[in-house]
Amino acid sequence: MTFTAPVLNYTILSPMLIILAGALIGVIIEAFVSKAFRPLVQLILTLGTLLLALVQVFRIRGTESVTAAMGSVIFDGPGFLLQAAILIISIISVFLIADNENFTALAAAIPGSVEEQESIQQGNKVTEVFPLTLFAVAGMLLFPISSDLITLFVALEMLSLPLYLMAGLSRRRRLLSQEAALKYFLLGAFSSAFFLFGAAYLYGYSGDITFAGIRDSVVGGSGNDIFLLIGIAFVSIGLLFKVGAVPFHAWSPDVYQGAPTAVTAFMAAATKVAAFGAMLRIYYTVFANAQWSWTPLLSGIAIITMLFGSFVAIAQRDVKRMLAYSSIAHAGFLLAGVIALNKAGLSASIFYLFAYGVATVGAFAVVTLVRDSAGEVTDLNRWTGLGKRSPWVASVFAFFLLAFAGIPLTSGFIGKFSIFSAAYESGAKAVVIAGVLSSAIAAFFYIRVIVLMFFTDSHEDATTVVIPSVLTRITVIFSFVITVALGVYPAPLIDFINKFATFIR
Amino acid sequence: MNISLTLLMALPLLGAAVLAALPKANGILAKQVALASTILVALVTIVMAVGFERDNINLQYVESRPWIPSFGINYAVGLDGISLVLILMTTLLAPIVVLAGWNESQNGRWSTKTFYILILVLEMMAIGVFTATDVFLFYVFFEAMLVPVYFLIGGYGTGERSAAAVKFLLYSLFGGLLMLASIIGLYVLAGAQGGHTFDTQALSQLQMSSTTQNLLFLGFFIAFAIKAPLWPFHTWLPDAADSATPGTSVLLLGVLDKVGTFGMIRYCLTLFPEATKTFTPVIITLSVISIIYGAFLAIGQKDIKRLIAFTSISHFGFITMGIFAMTSQGHSGATLYMFNHGFSTAALFLVAGWMISRRGSSTISDFGGLQRVTPVMAWAFFFAGMSSLALPGLSSFVSEFLVLVGTYTRYPVAAVIATFGIVLAALYILIPVQRALHGPITAGNENLSDLTLRERVAIAPVVVIILFLGFYPSPLLKVINPAATHVISQMGFSDPAPTQLGGK
Repeated sequence: MTFTAPVLNYTILSPMLIILAGALIGVIIEAFVSKAFRPLVQLILTLGTLLLALVQVFRIRGTESVTAAMGSVIFDGPGFLLQAAILIISIISVFLIADNENFTALAAAIPGSVEEQESIQQGNKVTEVFPLTLFAVAGMLLFPISSDLITLFVALEMLSLPLYLMAGLSRRRRLLSQEAALKYFLLGAFSSAFFLFGAAYLYGYSGDITFAGIRDSVVGGSGNDIFLLIGIAFVSIGLLFKVGAVPFHAWSPDVYQGAPTAVTAFMAAATKVAAFGAMLRIYYTVFANAQWSWTPLLSGIAIITMLFGSFVAIAQRDVKRMLAYSSIAHAGFLLAGVIALNKAGLSASIFYLFAYGVATVGAFAVVTLVRDSAGEVTDLNRWTGLGKRSPWVASVFAFFLLAFAGIPLTSGFIGKFSIFSAAYESGAKAVVIAGVLSSAIAAFFYIRVIVLMFFTDSHEDATTVVIPSVLTRITVIFSFVITVALGVYPAPLIDFINKFATFIR
Repeated sequence: MNISLTLLMALPLLGAAVLAALPKANGILAKQVALASTILVALVTIVMAVGFERDNINLQYVESRPWIPSFGINYAVGLDGISLVLILMTTLLAPIVVLAGWNESQNGRWSTKTFYILILVLEMMAIGVFTATDVFLFYVFFEAMLVPVYFLIGGYGTGERSAAAVKFLLYSLFGGLLMLASIIGLYVLAGAQGGHTFDTQALSQLQMSSTTQNLLFLGFFIAFAIKAPLWPFHTWLPDAADSATPGTSVLLLGVLDKVGTFGMIRYCLTLFPEATKTFTPVIITLSVISIIYGAFLAIGQKDIKRLIAFTSISHFGFITMGIFAMTSQGHSGATLYMFNHGFSTAALFLVAGWMISRRGSSTISDFGGLQRVTPVMAWAFFFAGMSSLALPGLSSFVSEFLVLVGTYTRYPVAAVIATFGIVLAALYILIPVQRALHGPITAGNENLSDLTLRERVAIAPVVVIILFLGFYPSPLLKVINPAATHVISQMGFSDPAPTQLGGK
């Protein structure tokens, strides 16, 4: 048996290698640095790692390679854009995570046990969350640039496993948090199984696990079409689960609500970029020639996802659940970009992912600020009168909501316009109409929150808004500025994205 | 490149920025700054109107810069006769509203300065929406201006203000999103026919099938019909007008709703001439229904603010009818009507607002005998009412007459039915005039105070404008006529030759 030494293009892999190295150092820090210094050291390390990776990603922009890791990784313009978006979103999420008010003192302790009490009294903090974040980021970076099914699966697990853990780390309402983590894990495991099942069929169809090989079979049309259809269907289920599309969305409201808010922000924004990045690559390159077999179904899913997310969000009484359903609706809008299957659709999707991700982190950052003596308050009824007590915080939150609703002069509007016009251009008019209608429905619940905050007199058990720490403040201000800037003058970013947004095959 | 329109839009924003920098406690100073900025904007607009070449049918004060080049979106503004008249109306009304509603902000949820910041931002966006010549830019202003109005109604109104604000916003957003779908449709069509653009001129040259054209037309038209509002899309208006402060109502009905009728001319007619022809019978019918329905409901109202709101629905029926009659008289009349309606509604709402704030009630039957207690206020209300029922000699008469004449030549039946609207107008105005101003003095009205000097100063320009244009409308008509004729001829219509009496 001969062994071929792998040829790796370290330059192109370097962002992920940097992140992984940072994560490993983080684990070592957990073991060797004293408790008192750990949070600060971890934060500096994590931020440093992410920034270094971001710089490195920018340095290798414009490079294109299909052989970066023996054909398992493909690096091109969209890969660069998605990685940069993931890193930027991760950095602002880490600021939130660093305000580790929200995390349990000892993850291993049983909720309510003596052990837990002790560790709270000792002022312990779960600094493990930093290396976990880095591991997840590494997976996310790999996900959209994988170019074979095995690497794609490894990346999927790599980004998911740390997230399952992180979802269970909430300091308060720990049972809810642990339930969320378990639910996320079990359903995630199911969807992984579906994904693998589909991957197996695709292998059976084409005799190859690389994207290039499968695409060649699709283009040649030589294999057994039944295998291809089953493969597409099951791989799609795995991916649709990750983005939270209906009917694979059931986990997301519970997980959004149960997870510590900082983790929710990270998960909601960054996972979406990674998962849609991978989806775009697969549908735009691998399955593009079989579009007649999947666009009708995916259009249906997009329509149902938009309408379902918007309708159900109306009934929500918890701000995090409401944002979860809103993110389901946004997943539907993003699917319109996948269906578009044209260059405009790719650029629009990447723009939308970045704009939506940044606004999402900003919105969740505001959620972390609204508290009472027992911690964060996510019950919307207790947000009444927030505009009176903290006009700035309420106004910023209202602005993010208007961005989600797609009101002009926010990034959400430009995103919506570009993605719908791309879908319309490719003939998916039904999706556009459904998108427009569900935007109107969605506007209703965003506005309801604004009414609660500004036009309703407050209850007696009023919440307070804590003075944001410097880090949270940076996140909120950064997200706000980006959301305004991309709404008022998006041309530079759009041009930048257009310059790079071409998949290589 | 002429940047005067951009500067005109920058002025109110500058005023808003100054206001934002002021201390919260000093409400008087905020009002003064707001008044000064709106007067300045009005003066600049007048200067621009004087410099406007009346006979030149091309857009003037044109400015165009790339905004989002990859989508073919430009920041493009320009003026034709119609938009000039409308921004003139907007900027003249703004200082009047500020002065007339000097104390309107005191019952609000937020500070006085926030109130005026919202008004100034709204003024800027109104200028933008009337001058935009890029459909995308128009849409941005069209939607974004909902936000300040929403907060003006919800934050400073009375009664069920937040419900009314939400209703207003949802109706408008729904219409706006339908329009967005149509705009996307146009964008894609343009992309398929020689490049993405949002330029109104270029879009009007697009080739499209009649089905496409009809659908896209409907997206625009429903948005504008909600805004205008036309029956059956009107139900948000009475609630909004009821809850908003009088000043906000003036801006809402006088300025914001004109965006709907303006949009019909600028976008529905020029972009979709074929579809316009298809739908004209339906729209004329809806307009006639609006005229009669609005008038009947106005007659039945017990609340003075709701009454004014319903009269406006009737008046918007006239405007829409004039637009879709497709004659140059109808068009000129409709545009002049928009201008005049702004001022007559302003007079009605402002005087009614003063009556309500003095009496503490908006029910018509609570007033009575005001003529003897507060003669100046009573005369002002009477005058406003006469202007609203289009008494000859007042400005509304000219426009209503033009609309009816313009409609009769093409749709005689509609014109005849619409004429009954004038009779009904006499009823809905004279009934409140009789109940509120004449008769014995109702208990509680004995000690009402008459208009103050500030209020007299605020209403005086409105009275002057209504009288002046009633006798001498030609300065405005000279600006409007070339633009109106241009729109009609671009659509391939010519005025029907007048037929002899008895001839069919």
